Amino acid sequence: MTGPGPLIITAPPVAGRYGEFGGSFVPETVVPALQELEAAAVAAFADPAFRDEFYRLEATYAGRPTPLYLAGRLSAGAGYPIWLKREDLLHTGAHKLNNALGQMLLAQRMGKRRIVAETGAGQHGLATATAAALLGFECTVYMGREDMRRQAINVSKMGLLGARVEPVGSGSATLKDATSEAIRDWVTNVRDTHYVIGSAVGPHPYPWLVRTLQSVIGSEARAQIQEAVGALPQVVVASVGGGSNAIGIFAAFLDDAAVRLLGVEAGGRGPGDGAHGASLSRGRSGVLHGSRSLLLQDADGQVLPTHSISAGLDYPGVGPEHAQLQRSGRADYQVIDDAEAISAFHLLTRSEGIIPALESSHAVAAAVRLGASARGGPVLVCLSGRGDKDLETVLGARGGE
Amino acid sequence: MTPAERIVAALPRDGGRPRLIPYLMAGFPRLDLTVELLLAAEAGGAALVELGLPHSDPLADGPTIQAAGQTALREGTTVARALAQLATARSRGLAVPVVCMSHLNPLLQFGLESFCSAAGQAGVDGLVVPDLPLEELAELARCASRTGLGICTMVAPTTPDSRIELAAARASGFLYCVSRTGVTGAGGSGEGQELLRRARARTEVPLALGFGVRERAQIDALTGLAEAVVVGTRFVEAAAAEDPVSAVRELGVSLSG
Repeated sequence: MTGPGPLIITAPPVAGRYGEFGGSFVPETVVPALQELEAAAVAAFADPAFRDEFYRLEATYAGRPTPLYLAGRLSAGAGYPIWLKREDLLHTGAHKLNNALGQMLLAQRMGKRRIVAETGAGQHGLATATAAALLGFECTVYMGREDMRRQAINVSKMGLLGARVEPVGSGSATLKDATSEAIRDWVTNVRDTHYVIGSAVGPHPYPWLVRTLQSVIGSEARAQIQEAVGALPQVVVASVGGGSNAIGIFAAFLDDAAVRLLGVEAGGRGPGDGAHGASLSRGRSGVLHGSRSLLLQDADGQVLPTHSISAGLDYPGVGPEHAQLQRSGRADYQVIDDAEAISAFHLLTRSEGIIPALESSHAVAAAVRLGASARGGPVLVCLSGRGDKDLETVLGARGGE
Repeated sequence: MTPAERIVAALPRDGGRPRLIPYLMAGFPRLDLTVELLLAAEAGGAALVELGLPHSDPLADGPTIQAAGQTALREGTTVARALAQLATARSRGLAVPVVCMSHLNPLLQFGLESFCSAAGQAGVDGLVVPDLPLEELAELARCASRTGLGICTMVAPTTPDSRIELAAARASGFLYCVSRTGVTGAGGSGEGQELLRRARARTEVPLALGFGVRERAQIDALTGLAEAVVVGTRFVEAAAAEDPVSAVRELGVSLSG
């Protein structure tokens, strides 16, 4: 294939609703900004000049289309063909740049001069700091103190790129709290600041906007696998924290009823409260960070702490469209725990020479254990990021064994 | 009189100095002090008290109130326990109207219908839900109207005039005017006067200005512009003092007198 994407552009959902999920639960101060953002995004996506600029940057700067790779030795072990959509090869090492570039082009159109973002593993923060350097924005990234310790290299990179990294010490000092703090900054500076949310979460129009920008993954992968094998995949597998790489790849296959869509959540250390990040598998309907979705919370509606060995999946909520895809039965979601993710990390590294991010390792783990249900058709895995950032965590986990 | 009407009656439009609405975090600094602090706020000259319910992830709050909420949660404060404290305060003579300020999720999990009914019984007169914008208000409004509870809708400096009219039309109780873009806490009342003028031109509903109001002089300067001011972070700071009950009463006297 030649060009990146294309974007799969749909009308924004009415009132931001995905069934009972979604919506926009935010302080009044930012309501007008969200309405402005929706209108600006609709106009931008309809504007060939905007799309061309996005595709130009994706192709010449970010490195799209990313390859689709048949993982031969992994497939031989599994007993069915496994194809990897190589988002790990995108500039900055993960799919996050698709969203950061697109949102910042939008912020430019809207006349904003400053960007705020949250980050967990640091990949979204890095992508945002990168796009801010490219397009000349002042940029502040909120990051939990605990995550800054776990992901020190990404913190240094963001600094080199000119972003200000603000440590967040409140709550559990991880992604959830960094997100709250980024929203508070945005509420304060909304007139000149755009909030680049990093996943398909948050108040409307963000889940729709992020899904649209990440849909380049799915539309490329669908065309590539048809070109390669002349058929659609039997199963599409992707990891789900907030769910942006998953919704980006699922977007191209939603109408292909025969294609199974499988999301993979963080099982962490086990099913107890605070030990995992599996909001779809174990959460209840609630409101966090501006949208209604499935949420890990106690009986009083207080948000529970989470755990995953993967900082990017260490989040108590999930994008509202995933909650609806699960409710409708169009997609199903499984849990992979820390130990299974680490095994898959080593498996892919040794069998293919690809060091995957721990987030993506969850998807690989689920893909290789599909067993009989995958016979007869190719399995497509979104390899959302590369694992350089996780070496310390993985080596530490091995040392502890 | 319905609870919503009691709120309006407590904030008459007499052109005078704004009346004082202290904000207290339920369960801070200790759950069992909430009764005393409510009574102290009234003794200090409150026209109405705003009682905050703690949440783990309060998007609208600055550091002081966030921290108070964390303490309150560690104290075991729940919606039901906070309401029980208020009910006790009512039984001990608390007479001023009380509005409950809560983020949405704790109310959703309690059940909006059950919450409105329990709140009404405990002596709540109205609700402020800072992460529930006008577009999402319908269900809570339906539940609240059954028990006569007011809903104090919010407007901010970024709210266009047409939305101010909509917010005022949906308000029962007072219209909560957020003085500046941002969260609760330090930082002056910024664009409050301009917002109050825009709101006054469009509604007869009592206006209360909140966020960043800390000093007596700020309140004096709002004479004739607002029927009330909400003072939050300073009251939470007072509640953290060695003798919280005296500190809250004295702060009230110093701001309301």
